[in-house]
Amino acid sequence: MGLAARFSRIWSKNARLPLSPLSAPWSKPAEENRPAAPKAKPPEPPLRLSPRHKACLPLLLAAALPAGAAQAVHVTYWEKWVGFEAQADQAVIDRFNRSQDRIVVDYSSVSHTDRKTLVATAGGDPPDIAGLNEQNIATFADAEALLPLDDFIRRDGMTNTEWLSRYYPVYARICSHAGHVYAGISTPKVMALYWNKTLFREAGLDPDRPPRTLAEFDDYSRRLTKRDPATGRLTQVGFLPQDPGWWPWIFCSWFGGKLFDEQRVTFASDPRNVAAYDWIQSFTRDYGLDNVKVLSSEFGPWASPSAPFFTGRIAMVFQGVFYDNYIHQYKPGLDYGVGPWPEAVPGVTDFAMAEADVLVIPRGARHVREAWEFIKYVNSANPDARTRDELRGAELLDYLQVKNSPLRVWSPFFAEHNLHPHIAMMRRLSASPNVVSAPDLGIWQEYYREVISSFDRVRLLDATPREAMAFSQSRLEKSWERYRRSLERHGQWAALGETAP
Amino acid sequence: MTRAEGKRLRAGVAFTSLWIVGLAVFTAYPVAASLFYSFCDYSILKAPVWCGLENYRQLAQDELFWKSLRNTLFYAGLSVPLGTAVALGLAVLLNCEVGGRSLFRLLFFMPSIVPVVASAMLWLWIFNGKYGLMNGFLDLFLSPFGLHGPAWLADPSWSKPALVIMSLWGTGNAVVIYLAGLQNVPAELYEAAEIDGASAWRRFIHVTLPAIAPVVAFNAIMALIGAMQLFAQAYIMSEAANGNGNASDGNPARSTLFYTIYLFSTAFQDLRMGYASAMAYVLFLITAALTWMAAQFSRGRYEDSP
Repeated sequence: MGLAARFSRIWSKNARLPLSPLSAPWSKPAEENRPAAPKAKPPEPPLRLSPRHKACLPLLLAAALPAGAAQAVHVTYWEKWVGFEAQADQAVIDRFNRSQDRIVVDYSSVSHTDRKTLVATAGGDPPDIAGLNEQNIATFADAEALLPLDDFIRRDGMTNTEWLSRYYPVYARICSHAGHVYAGISTPKVMALYWNKTLFREAGLDPDRPPRTLAEFDDYSRRLTKRDPATGRLTQVGFLPQDPGWWPWIFCSWFGGKLFDEQRVTFASDPRNVAAYDWIQSFTRDYGLDNVKVLSSEFGPWASPSAPFFTGRIAMVFQGVFYDNYIHQYKPGLDYGVGPWPEAVPGVTDFAMAEADVLVIPRGARHVREAWEFIKYVNSANPDARTRDELRGAELLDYLQVKNSPLRVWSPFFAEHNLHPHIAMMRRLSASPNVVSAPDLGIWQEYYREVISSFDRVRLLDATPREAMAFSQSRLEKSWERYRRSLERHGQWAALGETAP
Repeated sequence: MTRAEGKRLRAGVAFTSLWIVGLAVFTAYPVAASLFYSFCDYSILKAPVWCGLENYRQLAQDELFWKSLRNTLFYAGLSVPLGTAVALGLAVLLNCEVGGRSLFRLLFFMPSIVPVVASAMLWLWIFNGKYGLMNGFLDLFLSPFGLHGPAWLADPSWSKPALVIMSLWGTGNAVVIYLAGLQNVPAELYEAAEIDGASAWRRFIHVTLPAIAPVVAFNAIMALIGAMQLFAQAYIMSEAANGNGNASDGNPARSTLFYTIYLFSTAFQDLRMGYASAMAYVLFLITAALTWMAAQFSRGRYEDSP
């Protein structure tokens, strides 16, 4: 079933009206979702107007418009999504637009939203709302590109703490930087362990019992690895750290390490981080570098039928809540399970990673008050919703995108009728005290690139973990020193330094 | 200046004024502003703060600056001579009197007008380690020895050679220019050489090459400038072949971290516009120096030739 059909199903499930499998109901005006008339009327003859009537037409139209519509403020919203995520965004926007007559949000799908927002902000003509990645928040906020939301929250009668306490703590952290709230959540994500139950059965493992500790994980991985008896080449692996390779820093946190501590970069100096990268390198050593290269060269893009988890080449991956959508699209019928990351540090259970796409108001935006109203709507929900039609804001968006809500309180409908088959696990992980997110650092983009570089060098046996990480750390220490100096030059360090991580 | 000349000057300026304004606003000002910013701590969103030569001093100590420069020079050092040889060879072949010559010219020129993103996506598949055409072809020769073609873009040792091979696909522009040059070689020179008993190879070495030396020099210099600015193919292909999200870091293991990719990520991810401006000016100086050296070298060659 394709994504369009799947999301039509989502929309139509529990709805009063059956929908065509390929229709995108949220992109239509509400009237179109009403029951159709039993039979269409015969076409009426075209209206003919005299020249005098034509001249009066604009005046008549202006008079016919309701007063509210004439005064409605149009809020520009740039977002990265296209496809079904954009359709879900549009559905939420449509509902927001219909919920009042003062604000109309205009959605634009914009590629590389971060860079374009940056340039537009520098040029003095940013969108009113920009959909960024959480990793942008600290860098953009320190560059004074974002408007803090604190004043809006206060004007609405709440403190920052009260506002943030509505989210699970990990998402509250994502929204804040240096003591200010800069963002609301648009698309929350939580990453968990996905395993292929069919491959578990073939390997003689209990398909309903995922590995619970790191030792078990390694044991399972070995038992799930297969080689061609004739050539010795890998035909299947239990786990491969570079798939999908988006969060190479998470292995450090999983092993209990810290990336930044007390104003210092600790990538190489924290022995737990080095242990994590030793563990990563152990996979290449066990499998053989050449074997890994040959096997991985056949992997298709992660969102394609030839992705290794879908083709059965990899039995266990760490993936996000969104992965279920792609499994349904590219490998329908795949028998899989979802669970927490195994315990790498004794006692640290329900470890997971969270991240989010966020909504921000760029500095210089024209309609900040109205932009805040929309962000507030998307970051609220109807806790009493018992039908899909009663869903609001965050829950409507996350229901349509088949994801978890970042808010602590879930309505009965959202919790019970969410179409994600493992939503309860995602909720449990979101609420876990051991869920982590990327460090809130102004140099995170550089940090992330350094981590990827070390990760590549380690997994390709180009350097020992200690060598690769020491090189990255020395670069990052210089970067942090330069960044701090730059903030000092611009008179920001005194305010930011106290709150920097 | 006479009155008539003044009038002509005013008319000329008036007719070119739009272009002059465009050049001033969209080229001259950014170039000048970038030079100023290269001496500043500047993030595009906050006011620039003068920091003297700090950016240039940091560049000298920046390992990635040197790595990206080495990667770029490696690529230029391979792609420019190879590209020149391939384009010249094709032009000589297409200059022969053979049937279907126009069709061949068209076929060889076509890749150069394919948009870079489309060609990058195509070559991603060609270089796929398992299913790619390149390894399918190589394995015909390698598999009897139990060997397999490399993972190309996913292998740090082969990612740059892969991009060099890809660059040969787009030599159509140079071929057209060489063809024009070849058709301008006086026929009497070939006749005289033939009468003197020169073989085809000697005619090529002693007649064709000296005659088209200025064209070769022009193409080589343009190719060198293009190679120093390599960006789009490497940016698209390194990310697509290696995942790693939106890192723009010349994956795998920075083997395709070319100068302009490092400049781009410095400017638009780290928001270090001052540093990136300094990088841009250093690249300008390096390219200018290499171009000058190439021009001097080739001038010496073709001016000394008989």
